[in-house]
Amino acid sequence: MEIGLAHYLTVAAILFTLGILGIFLNRKNVIIILMSVELMLLAVNINLVAFSVELGDMAGQVFAMLVLTVAAAEAAIGLAILVVYFRNRGSIAVEDINMMKG
Amino acid sequence: MHELLVSDLFAILPEIWFAVAGMALLMVGVFTRGDNTRLVLWLAIGVFVVCGLLMRLLGEHGAPFAGLVVNDSFGDFMKTLVLVGAGLALVMSLGFIRREGMERFEYPVLIVFATLGMFVMVSANDLLSLYVGLEMQSLALYVCAAFQRDNLRSSEAGLKYFVLGAVASGMLLYGCSMVYGFSGATSFDTLASVLGDGRDVGVGVSVGLAFIAAGLAFKVSAVPFHMWTPDVYEGAPTPVTAFFSIAPKVAAMALLIRVMMGPFAGLFEQWQQIVFLLAVASMVLGAVGAIGQINIKRLMAYSSIGHVGFALVGLAAGTAEGINGVAIYLAIYLVMGLGAWGCILTMRRQGAMVEEIAGLAGLSRTNPPLALCFAIFMFSMAGIPPLAGFFGKFYVFMAAVNAGLYTLAVVGVLASAVGAFYYIRIVKIMYFDEPADGFDTPLGRELWPVIALAAAVTLLFFIYTGPLLDSAQAASLALAPGGLDGARAVLVP
Repeated sequence: MEIGLAHYLTVAAILFTLGILGIFLNRKNVIIILMSVELMLLAVNINLVAFSVELGDMAGQVFAMLVLTVAAAEAAIGLAILVVYFRNRGSIAVEDINMMKG
Repeated sequence: MHELLVSDLFAILPEIWFAVAGMALLMVGVFTRGDNTRLVLWLAIGVFVVCGLLMRLLGEHGAPFAGLVVNDSFGDFMKTLVLVGAGLALVMSLGFIRREGMERFEYPVLIVFATLGMFVMVSANDLLSLYVGLEMQSLALYVCAAFQRDNLRSSEAGLKYFVLGAVASGMLLYGCSMVYGFSGATSFDTLASVLGDGRDVGVGVSVGLAFIAAGLAFKVSAVPFHMWTPDVYEGAPTPVTAFFSIAPKVAAMALLIRVMMGPFAGLFEQWQQIVFLLAVASMVLGAVGAIGQINIKRLMAYSSIGHVGFALVGLAAGTAEGINGVAIYLAIYLVMGLGAWGCILTMRRQGAMVEEIAGLAGLSRTNPPLALCFAIFMFSMAGIPPLAGFFGKFYVFMAAVNAGLYTLAVVGVLASAVGAFYYIRIVKIMYFDEPADGFDTPLGRELWPVIALAAAVTLLFFIYTGPLLDSAQAASLALAPGGLDGARAVLVP
């Protein structure tokens, strides 16, 4: 069986869904949320690269490089905010993020 | 292959200026000793002023960098709003950072970088520049929200904003990848011609469109993607909240309009339903959610959700008239918002910020001018004629009625009536309740000019409407030459 575009898209869709579920069903730890965010972005990258090869167009791969760069910056900022939060709260459990209702 | 031309660089001079000036300010902050926050802040305000001059001097229209970005009347209009909103938010924060232990020079630098992101968003003409601009803005804003790093509520606001913002970026990006894959283009111009009138567009593009709409709806905080707004508004430092509620909203709304009216103009019937639902839900929730609030920042968060709903009514119409209405609405919202947040920033008692609405009791006796200005903004937000807020609502509702969206207009008017209840309740508390202790005087030196100017514009807008209406019209025509009416005539026989 040849592995074609549909397979890549399916894998990416599954990873993306796992990322979203990881954020909304996770009740334990904010670090897991950060990992889920990365998973979502990487799923998009699989999509972009697969499409790029399928279309024979470089724009998708350029896009993927940019997404990687931004994802790195995003992870850095997320961890920095998490450290600040931990200093004030002494915990990074998701159920403890409840100072404000909503 | 597109060659890099000097004229391309000139065309994006405001953005280059912001990028270079932001880094220079960072150097100033690092290499000057002692208390340099005010120095950097004043320099940042200077950066905004120079950028305004640059935009006036250059002002050439075109699509530099092979159409990666575009300069048009719509972009000029929205960039001016962003510039004014961000610059004045910076001015208003002068007093706050001095008193609340936020004296770190990174704050104005972050605002400058966020504004750079917003400029790129407003002029984006490609999925790539859309994403990069949006992230540039969002990353700076996450840090701003958590800027009072010793304050638990501020860091919690930053964390919530970051997590939900990252999810929204992910969804937007997934949508971008689907649209790219199933149409083979990232440029808005190519996309518009490939997608055509939307007749033979596959399901992949429709899914992508839905994801992009969801991601952008999050950035403008339209219901059901609003859940971050009240918490972030309440937790973030007040001048940051004032900034959040104005400039990024305008930029995100401009981006949403540009995406929907540009590449996806042919898919009007599909996105109209999405925008319709977002508008109805935002107007209703903005009106109902604010009623029980006791914290003024939370109340303003629901109020801003409602205002986004009203602005989306104009987009749902999908006509040049509708875009014209949104542009006017955003400009007026900017003025009212700046004024109202200026008033909130003056609410200090015994050196601490007052955030409870009950703290406003009897303000008409302890500080009559401030109470009068606040009342003007509240009446204007409620949409009472002849104040400016009424005209904003009038133009979007007229556009909706002329586009045949009667349901939307009726829901809007009803939501506006419900919303009037909580705005006027604030006026009642200020004018008829027993006075609480007066606020600390004097008003911040930086605050009263902004409040007075905003109050004057809100009050006297109806006398001199010409310039705003003209530039809003030019903006809407740049985006929808002849409106979407042409495309719609094909779609809706």
